[in-house]
Amino acid sequence: MKFIHLFYPLHNTFVNEISLVNMQTATTANPKWWNGGKSPFNVEYGKLMMWYFLMSDAFTFGAFLISYGTIRFSTNGWPDPNVVFQSFPFLGSGLPLMFVSLMTFILIISSVTMVLAVKAGHENNKQKVVTNLVWTIIGGIAFLSCQAWEWTHLHHEGAWWGANPFLNADGSQSSTNFTNYFFTITGFHGFHVFSGVIINIIMLIMTLNDTFEKRGHYLMIEKAGLYWHFVDLVWVFVFTCFYLI
Amino acid sequence: MSNEAVLQAESAIATHHEAHGEHHDHHHQETFISKYVFSMDHKMIAKQFLITGMVWAVIGGLMSVLFRLQLGYPDTSFPWLEDLLGKFWAEKGHITAQGYYALVTTHGTVLVFFVLTAGLSGTFANFLIPLQVGARDMASPFMNMLSYWFFFAASIVMVSSIFVETGPFSGGWTAYPPLSALGDASPGSKTGMDLWLVAMALFVVSSLLGGLNYIATVLNMRTKGMSMTRLPLTIWALFFTAVLGVLSFPVLLSGFILLIFDRNFGTSFYLSDIFLTTTNTALPNEGGSAILFQHLFWFLGHPEVYIILLPAMGMVSEILSVNSRKPIFGYMAMIGSLFAIAILAFLVWAHHMFVTGLNPFLGSIFVLLTLLIAVPSAIKVFNWLTTLWRGNIRFTPAMMFAIGFVSLFISGGLTGIWLGNSALDIHLHDTYFVIAHFHIVMGVASMFGMFAGVYHWYPKMYGRYLNTSLGYIHFWITMIGAYLIFWPMHYEGLAGMPRRYYDYSIWESFKNFGELNRFISTVAMIVFAAQILFIANFFYSIWKGRKVTTLNPYGSNTLEWTTPINPGHGNWVGEIPEVHRWPYDYGKDGKEYTSQTTPVGADESHH
Repeated sequence: MKFIHLFYPLHNTFVNEISLVNMQTATTANPKWWNGGKSPFNVEYGKLMMWYFLMSDAFTFGAFLISYGTIRFSTNGWPDPNVVFQSFPFLGSGLPLMFVSLMTFILIISSVTMVLAVKAGHENNKQKVVTNLVWTIIGGIAFLSCQAWEWTHLHHEGAWWGANPFLNADGSQSSTNFTNYFFTITGFHGFHVFSGVIINIIMLIMTLNDTFEKRGHYLMIEKAGLYWHFVDLVWVFVFTCFYLI
Repeated sequence: MSNEAVLQAESAIATHHEAHGEHHDHHHQETFISKYVFSMDHKMIAKQFLITGMVWAVIGGLMSVLFRLQLGYPDTSFPWLEDLLGKFWAEKGHITAQGYYALVTTHGTVLVFFVLTAGLSGTFANFLIPLQVGARDMASPFMNMLSYWFFFAASIVMVSSIFVETGPFSGGWTAYPPLSALGDASPGSKTGMDLWLVAMALFVVSSLLGGLNYIATVLNMRTKGMSMTRLPLTIWALFFTAVLGVLSFPVLLSGFILLIFDRNFGTSFYLSDIFLTTTNTALPNEGGSAILFQHLFWFLGHPEVYIILLPAMGMVSEILSVNSRKPIFGYMAMIGSLFAIAILAFLVWAHHMFVTGLNPFLGSIFVLLTLLIAVPSAIKVFNWLTTLWRGNIRFTPAMMFAIGFVSLFISGGLTGIWLGNSALDIHLHDTYFVIAHFHIVMGVASMFGMFAGVYHWYPKMYGRYLNTSLGYIHFWITMIGAYLIFWPMHYEGLAGMPRRYYDYSIWESFKNFGELNRFISTVAMIVFAAQILFIANFFYSIWKGRKVTTLNPYGSNTLEWTTPINPGHGNWVGEIPEVHRWPYDYGKDGKEYTSQTTPVGADESHH
């Protein structure tokens, strides 16, 4: 029961989204929604803008990942991710994909704490908002630190933009586009996580200053949450494309 | 979102409105800076976009005059050109090859992005959306202001690229690698290209901030009774334009980011197996694809032509209906065809790449999708013509330009059917036929839409009229001139004359076009002079034009004419009017026009 309760606000966000898709149905069901004088999706403009921004950003990442796919599948051979990504700090080598699994786990947990922060916002529970935001920020920073370690490690092995020390899975010489795309796309995602952490820190400061208490609602937290979940979702695709396939 | 939050959000919107109404009633303090520079009033931001766009149009137009001078008079020396522009651009009185390519490239970039995107939808989306949907301002006036200032910053960077030692970027507005990726490839590919990329990245940010605002305003801020199917077609067009921009510019941004890495950080996203003759070196880059950039570029590039065209279509629909004193023909069909164009815009980009090494099978799919665009386009054309049909037409300058738009859209659209065929494109690609096609259908036509909009809404912008006689002179010179410039180019293109050549007189096969090229160049200069006339008219009329004395000078139905002659920030004094009908009740039940704010009478007929 606790579990369902935990995801309730997130579920609610999606319900809201479904009403966006079924706008025609909504018109016939409740003709007043689209007649002006109110928001047809029952959201204030900032959240609407956030959704459209996320669609826009999805196209940016989509373009990157499709470019990556195009080049990868027009290239003969590609390095095996199980060989490239097999190191773990303090534990050495021979642990394929262990570290990135940890990173992914951290990021997903930070999404859960974000959900809890949004939920606490709905309940106007300032203390709980603060606690969960702090955990989300810690999660974000932990993810970024992991990424920093991984980049440094790969850099020490000779990998960088324009330099690829790894061989293809079949042992042949590999193109530099493996590292080119890896650093560009994970870097672009990391930049998004970084922006998310900054946004969450601003949200934390605003919460601590009672900005939302005075407004009477925590809608800003919800918008920051949308962004944070989006960044997590993008990671799932980035993770799949670079580490699993 | 919980119900509680919804309620709070709604009350937040309500208080926002009240607050605006408030500071209209009480006279609130405005400084010069807050009113004219960092203004958050959508009407002022619209004027900022318009005037910046006009400055760019003059720069871009002047560039075309300069390169037409080279094309028309390749053998003549103009010593004053060197005095004026210096050795880089015009050595010994001839436009240099490097200068020529820099001019062509900057002309394209500036006209497509800075004039016909920012100058057109930046101006009219800002000006018309709040006024016609019945809102005090944009959803976020602050983001709206940022949108303009990002555009301004982009403009500054782009202007500065013209003045760097190695010149601005000169590889064509499409910026295909490897020319755009390798600094050693040409002088223009050095600092000029870096500045070009920075300017374009700032431009993408500006477009995103603006687009999100337009979408949110149209969806959320409509006044009571203004359902989506009571929106003027201008708003529908601007709405789809914003959606296209929000979804296509990010792909261009991705393409640019990869290009920046190729330029500066030794990657090979677009580069493979290149031998550079300028430095006599073989480059180490392996595995990239120059065609990848073309895909990313045209995924924006094709929606971009609709970003340019749709606002013009919307304004033309409105102006034709108002000045024919007739309802727009096929209102729902107009919306449907706008929607169809917006969808198809994303599915046809590869028709720019038929001869680039694209799989011919893929090409055939893109032919089909491209030719499908003819269907909604034809629907729109026939609806415009049937709106005019037996109308009580008032030939105002705005109406002249709107009719001119329809003419140009038909002429240019028909050649699109030729170019959309991948087999014909083998012959026509990269010839003057293409230049003629896109200048007529997108360039000049959208310019006409913009002129129509400026002439029509100028009284609302400045409370004065533009000089009508000058307007007619402006129209006829531009209209006749546009056809005289671009019509002969079809002929040159069919004869195989390629675009982007510096001097055709040295080619045996194209020598005979010397006279024709000179003719085109001469007309281009005359048309440019006519635009100066328009600009003089514009600025003179801001201060000295005939004053508007009635609220609704055109007898128009839409909401902007219910505001005061010089509306303040907040647009309406007191309550925002409620809407009771669609905007096209012209000549209904014997009444010349019926404003959207008029309640539906008991014995009124159905439309």
